Amino acid sequence: MTGDPIIAVRGLRNQFGAQIVHDNLSLDVQRGEVLGIVGGSGTGKSVLLRTIVGLNTPKAGEIRVFGEDLRALDDEARRQIERRWGVLFQDGALFSSLTVAQNVQVAMREHLHLPQALMDELAALKLAMVGLPASAGAKYPSELSGGMRKRAGLARALALDPEIVFLDEPTAGLDPIGAAAFDDLVKQLQETLGLTVFLVTHDLDSLYAICDRVAVLAERHVLVTGSVADMMHQTHPWIREYFQGKRARAAEAARQRSES
Amino acid sequence: MPMPPATRKNPDEATLTIFEEGAALRLQPAGAWTVRSIAAADHSLRALTPGRRSLEWDLGALSHLDTAGAWLIVRTAGLFEAAGGTVAIRNAGGSASALIAAVRAIKVGAPEPEAEEGSFLVRVFARTGAAMETQWHNLLEMLAFGGMVIEGIGRAIVSPRRLRVTSIVHHMEETGLKAVPIVCLMSFLIGAVLAFQGAGQLERFGAEPFTVNLVGISILREIGILLTAIMVAGRSGSAFTAQLGSMKMREEIDAIRTLGLDPLDLLVLPRVIALVLTLPLLGFVADIMGLIGGAMVAWSDLGLSPATYISLLREAVTPAAFWVGIVKAPVFAFLIGIIGCLEGMRVTGTAESVGRRTTQSVVEGIFVVIIADAIFSIVFLQLGI
Repeated sequence: MTGDPIIAVRGLRNQFGAQIVHDNLSLDVQRGEVLGIVGGSGTGKSVLLRTIVGLNTPKAGEIRVFGEDLRALDDEARRQIERRWGVLFQDGALFSSLTVAQNVQVAMREHLHLPQALMDELAALKLAMVGLPASAGAKYPSELSGGMRKRAGLARALALDPEIVFLDEPTAGLDPIGAAAFDDLVKQLQETLGLTVFLVTHDLDSLYAICDRVAVLAERHVLVTGSVADMMHQTHPWIREYFQGKRARAAEAARQRSES
Repeated sequence: MPMPPATRKNPDEATLTIFEEGAALRLQPAGAWTVRSIAAADHSLRALTPGRRSLEWDLGALSHLDTAGAWLIVRTAGLFEAAGGTVAIRNAGGSASALIAAVRAIKVGAPEPEAEEGSFLVRVFARTGAAMETQWHNLLEMLAFGGMVIEGIGRAIVSPRRLRVTSIVHHMEETGLKAVPIVCLMSFLIGAVLAFQGAGQLERFGAEPFTVNLVGISILREIGILLTAIMVAGRSGSAFTAQLGSMKMREEIDAIRTLGLDPLDLLVLPRVIALVLTLPLLGFVADIMGLIGGAMVAWSDLGLSPATYISLLREAVTPAAFWVGIVKAPVFAFLIGIIGCLEGMRVTGTAESVGRRTTQSVVEGIFVVIIADAIFSIVFLQLGI
């Protein structure tokens, strides 16, 4: 591994009432990699994402993003950091009272002083970048399909050219073709923009197709991290079941077919 | 003839130096060209007139480039090429040239211009007409929905098993019992204010005791029930819309249908029936509290003891005055109930529409209650009650 990690989580503990979600969880994300977070339902994948971006306050532990401890920063400094990442929520979480183009422009409008003409161009560029037709910009989120909403959500997350994007199950609910296209899109954006991608997913195809590393959440902490190939040699029953089950073999075969 | 304008020496800032060498144009951006810093550069680039000339981008001094910066470079290059010029991009670093190539490969479609048809006058008429048509459809829909609810109540009377007693009782508690404190307070104060104002005017004729007539008749016939209905439209009508609306938004109402159940039986009837049963009771409570409020003022201001007040009240009002008021309550309740439920059913997709429908439900509910009250007044006047 090279250099300091862009995200470093140490000794994280998350607890809701008597239910302990994370205990002594540690995780590093390196600059420029695509890290996939996997784990069974209820292992706190989304909670981990929400904790890192500051939507959830942990009971204990330290989280450093860009080398800064977010909880130690004052409001202004934290807002500066927050502009350097983008988050795509599960169903896009687009603002329903704004058009898609306005959704993309929200962060530009609030944080920067750009002329409207330039913001319109940049919004059109971002929408084209995520593969939406130009006509989508004037539509409201309720007029879009689920897959288009996710793409629009990604365009909004990319509005300020962030260094990290957090994706919460981006391919859930998409048809296989749409999901594969989304995977390609993320990979392509990651390569051209040098993004670091924090990807929470259930989708084995995504793991094989785009993740540089995989972190497995189980038993309240990160059980193991490594490449998808490393996961094949793990002996933990859940990991064996996940990566060597029927669906995993199909996804692996698909990847090999696409490479040959 | 190079004409370098003054460039600022801040490394975090985007600068653009423009060299005009005859027909050739050389652009030298420096610093970090990111979405945070390019506003000024965008302005200078828009001032350039593209033409049949050569444009050279010299990117050697760029420290950082993001998609927004790359877009400016690509946009300017595209404009010059479209005008027949030649464009060269030099000294771009590996990542910068990859980013420029990527941005170049993206086909940015022009957004469609918004269609605004006709002159101002035509649009005024078109919008007025459209609004009228919507209102007409709303009215028809409300009548149809009211008919369905009445039919549902009829079916429930024939086979009472269809009635969801638990649900009705729950909604009676929500819309009735829990509204008692606010209705009491409001009505007490209104009664007191009426007595106070009435006494002040009637004093001039030496007719203070008639304050009792004023308070008794206006509270029992009109105000007690009308204000209670308005309060309930704001409190329960809006709650019905928000409840049904968020269920509609999350497809729960569709789920009820697919399970072979009728949302009307399950959601609408219990609410409407509960409201029809509780509003007369609330109206009664409001009447009593209004009279007590009047009594308090009569006692403190006019020196009429409660016993005198009651005996004067008995002479002033007949039971008919009370019944004229209370008979309106079920009708108001029915109207508020169906408007609240219908507006909830009209919610579409978005969270915003729940808010808009809830507002609409309260406004319509209050409006319809006042209209109905006016109709009742005319009818009772004609009947001589």
